[in-house]
Amino acid sequence: METKAFQKIYTKITQITKATCSLKATGIGYEEMAFVHGRLAQVVKIIGDDVTLQIFEGTEGVPTNAEVIFLGRPPVLKVSDELSGRYFNAYGDPIDGGPVIEGEERQIGGPSVNPVRRKQPSEFIPTGIAGIDLNNALVTGQKIPFFADPDQPYNQVMAMVALRADADKIILGGMGLTNDDYLFYKNVFDNAGALDRIISFVNTTENPPVERLLVPDMALTAAEYFAVDKNQKVLVLLTDMTLYADALSIVSNRMDQIPSKDSMPGSLYSDLAKIYEKAVQFPDGGSITIIAVTTLSGGDITHAIPDNTGYITEGQLFLRKDTDIGKVVVDPFRSLSRLKQLVIGKKTRADHPQVMNAAIRLYADAANAKTKQENGFDLTDYDERTLNFAKDYSDKLLAIDVNIEVDQMLETGWNLFNKHFEPAEVGIKQEFVDEYWPKN
Amino acid sequence: MEKINKMTKGKVAGIIANLVFVEVDGPVQQNEICYIDLEGTKLMAEIIKIVGTQAYVQVFESTRGLRINNTVDFTGHMLEITLGPGILSKNYDGLQNDLDKMDGVFLKRGEHTNPLEDDKKWEFKPIAKPGDVLEAGGWLGEVKENWMPHKIMVPFKFEGKYTVKSVTDAGEYTIQDTIAVVTDENGKDINLTMIQKWPAKLAVKAYKEKPRPFKLLETGVRVIDTLNPIAEGGTGFIPGPFGTGKTVLQHALSKQAEADMIIVAACGERANEVVEIFAEFPELDDPRTGRKLMERTTIIANTSNMPVAAREASVYTAMTLAEYYRAMGLKILLLADSTSRWAQALREMSNRMEELPGQDAFPMDLPAIISNFYSRAGFTYLNNGESGSITFIGTVSPAGGNLKEPVTESTKKAARCFYALSQQRADSKRYPAIDPLESYSKYAEYPELEEYFRENIDPEWPEKIRLARNILIRSREVSEQINILGDDGVPVEYHDRFWKGEVVDFVILQQDAFDKTDCSTPLERQKYMLNKVLDIYHTKFSFESFEDVGSYFKRIINQMKQMNYSEYESDEFKNNEKELNSLIEERKIA
Ligand SMILES: Nc1ncnc2c1ncn2[C@@H]1O[C@H](COP(=O)(O)OP(=O)(O)OP(=O)(O)O)[C@@H](O)[C@H]1O
Ligand SMILES: [Mg+2]
Repeated sequence: METKAFQKIYTKITQITKATCSLKATGIGYEEMAFVHGRLAQVVKIIGDDVTLQIFEGTEGVPTNAEVIFLGRPPVLKVSDELSGRYFNAYGDPIDGGPVIEGEERQIGGPSVNPVRRKQPSEFIPTGIAGIDLNNALVTGQKIPFFADPDQPYNQVMAMVALRADADKIILGGMGLTNDDYLFYKNVFDNAGALDRIISFVNTTENPPVERLLVPDMALTAAEYFAVDKNQKVLVLLTDMTLYADALSIVSNRMDQIPSKDSMPGSLYSDLAKIYEKAVQFPDGGSITIIAVTTLSGGDITHAIPDNTGYITEGQLFLRKDTDIGKVVVDPFRSLSRLKQLVIGKKTRADHPQVMNAAIRLYADAANAKTKQENGFDLTDYDERTLNFAKDYSDKLLAIDVNIEVDQMLETGWNLFNKHFEPAEVGIKQEFVDEYWPKN
Repeated sequence: MEKINKMTKGKVAGIIANLVFVEVDGPVQQNEICYIDLEGTKLMAEIIKIVGTQAYVQVFESTRGLRINNTVDFTGHMLEITLGPGILSKNYDGLQNDLDKMDGVFLKRGEHTNPLEDDKKWEFKPIAKPGDVLEAGGWLGEVKENWMPHKIMVPFKFEGKYTVKSVTDAGEYTIQDTIAVVTDENGKDINLTMIQKWPAKLAVKAYKEKPRPFKLLETGVRVIDTLNPIAEGGTGFIPGPFGTGKTVLQHALSKQAEADMIIVAACGERANEVVEIFAEFPELDDPRTGRKLMERTTIIANTSNMPVAAREASVYTAMTLAEYYRAMGLKILLLADSTSRWAQALREMSNRMEELPGQDAFPMDLPAIISNFYSRAGFTYLNNGESGSITFIGTVSPAGGNLKEPVTESTKKAARCFYALSQQRADSKRYPAIDPLESYSKYAEYPELEEYFRENIDPEWPEKIRLARNILIRSREVSEQINILGDDGVPVEYHDRFWKGEVVDFVILQQDAFDKTDCSTPLERQKYMLNKVLDIYHTKFSFESFEDVGSYFKRIINQMKQMNYSEYESDEFKNNEKELNSLIEERKIA
């Protein structure tokens, strides 16, 4: 790296821990970047002339006489149209062998949008997956994670959703991706014939974990450039945010902070919110929509990471393997899109909300019937019908391999109601029953 | 501000995130506000601890780029809220900056905007006369603010008695114009304008007394008004795991509750939820006045991505505004979503200062801070005999949905109504997911309130409510037995009992917040429907088998839901009721 005249250079480190080093230095700005022994680092604490730096790669092998070069600025990303179609590491340096990006330097992790300059999200993002479009419709400007156990195909589903969504740009922030998953994304993106719409910032399991902390901010700085400066619809994919939070806890534990629940830092909520709240709809048409992945351990959503995430995001999509039909489905009970009511029945047919609710209610009745069955009780005729309905519903609507238009999803819903129930059992407003109940 | 030259100055001596150590050159006070100069940008901060000549300050903005030796100016006062006409309908941040006056798409550090308009003219009418003796909060005159009488008062900071020397004639004035002159007990004349300031963290005490709440605050939410009523001037809280409906419920309250003014503090929650209010309230009508909802609403938006320290301030800012309007004799509903985020802001700072942590790393004095805050709500009699009230309802976001955590437990001690949202009810879409049996209102047991119900709703109301509750309890009991013994392992009456509870649940408790009719139910209609439900409860039906019971009551429920969806007393409503009545006749035992 080149050094410039204004950069301050030191060679005397006074303290080294697993993640940080300290030295005497003056005139240093808080959160300023530096190179320590050739590794990128950031100022995390200044007390008098004692400056503590967090070294992203870790401190293994850093000597006390290592060269420390302060860069005089916080972390930045160069933004321009040249970002399109490119792959970068967590620092925003190209990893695809292509040229360095020319463009305007922007600080990452910048300020928040003034809430009064936002617009209420109102644009429906159809994905063709009924478990999403029918029950948990996505809206531009929304932030929503997949909650999935590590063995579920969340990266595949997310890539599918991204490519089907009508977005001007898709920005992938990969954190702790296995090399296979990285190659999966690369392969899907390269073959989608849409490479110029896609930008990737990737940290794989082969890179140091603490570097991941930069990935979401890099991805979102690029997203803000396209959404604000170019009024584009940007979809940001963040996977896996659990690994991001793990990196946060590594840093805070190494810096001796008091851990709160599940050994996560007490600031986890604010840290995650700063990322997710970058999702926004602007009045000029630009938007940032964030779809993330939060892997669970053993389906436990009370763990601090999914728990705090759930309190921040606008719903969550649960993937579950339905053993009755042998397919992965979007679980209608635990999934939720909080912005759906802004579009369903408004941007989609008026009967959408009621069809959605009625089907889920009947599916819940089926779950009760199933419990009864498992406990060895006799089933009523109604119970039997709900079980049959549930199987059809799961197969024809909830399974992630469904790819149909919303109107078809609604038709399918009405047909299933008609096949298994009487109108009074379904409990939908009479006007819709009159209009849509199949007449046979 | 005029005394700024004599004020203490300081220099930055250390920085850890938004905790900054400042070496000071003179006296400073706890909670004093200071401004740190970062190349011309003034970062606002508050002193939270003092050790020798070092002040520990929490900075309300990002400290990125801050350096050792940056200069600091102390102001000599605590965080102060500016009070005067023009607050209604405003969108403020947690420090009372007017968000609409800020430039650009992104919030800029160090940008502080005027909470009021200095040059706007207000139509002033005098109330006090020369010779009147007033105390702090005494009414001097009024202006019309969005059609609300906004009282101009003797400043809350004034101690003792003041004799009115003159009040200006009716006419148009700005908030900076002198509108009255009062004389203090030492004979000194003081010019008063329409504005005053008050430190947010201190309670305004400009009232005569705070009796126990004795009136109902109508909210239009059936499970609250009918089963767990909140009193005007009361306190309540809504804990619940994420996604169970805290915000939707608070938004419903802010739209429908029968109050003169609504203050919504969005404290560390989603920006899109605030935008929803921005988008909807200017369009929605307040059914009582016919004016737009935004005209009675003020929003304090300190969303989760805005600076953490300002999040803590935001709830105090909101409470101070509420106290100001209460002193005008108005009925205020204050909503805060979520008080857990405020507690977390306290936790982040306490951890950074390496204080001895209490449970879950929250500060030891969390219970005291919470109860102190809740105690600022209440019904008050003002010194002039009028009354005003602040009803406060906060949400709590318990970690992992577990109610045995410090914020929930501390709040439970401070608030009188407990609206527990249940994950199970939310999962089965039984909204609002308020658990009818876990939840309670202590006000329901106040003799004052029982009296109020008998006089204003129905002489038998308290008994009816207890009966409704009992029906729910017994329904839950038999449902457990049915689960253990099986549908045909219990007598058919058990099914009847279970389903009568379901009728209460589906028709009274459940309410569709997104349906234009069902979203809000006036008390009169709540009474009508409760009576209808109780009639069904008292009716004996004949059933051959348990299978008949469920399918019959599902039809009853469906019919009654159609009633809930149709406009009260409309033809549609009456037709639905007629069908319900014939349905009842089908199986009624005469
Ligand atoms: N009364 C209701 N009627 C219909 N749907 C509701 C109702 N209450 C809640 N919901 C549904 O539940 C979703 C979540 O509700 P809400 O945003 O109020 O949850 P919350 O408890 O505030 O969650 P968080 O703690 O994460 O903020 C809503 O988007 C809506 O879909
Ligand atoms: Mg909420």
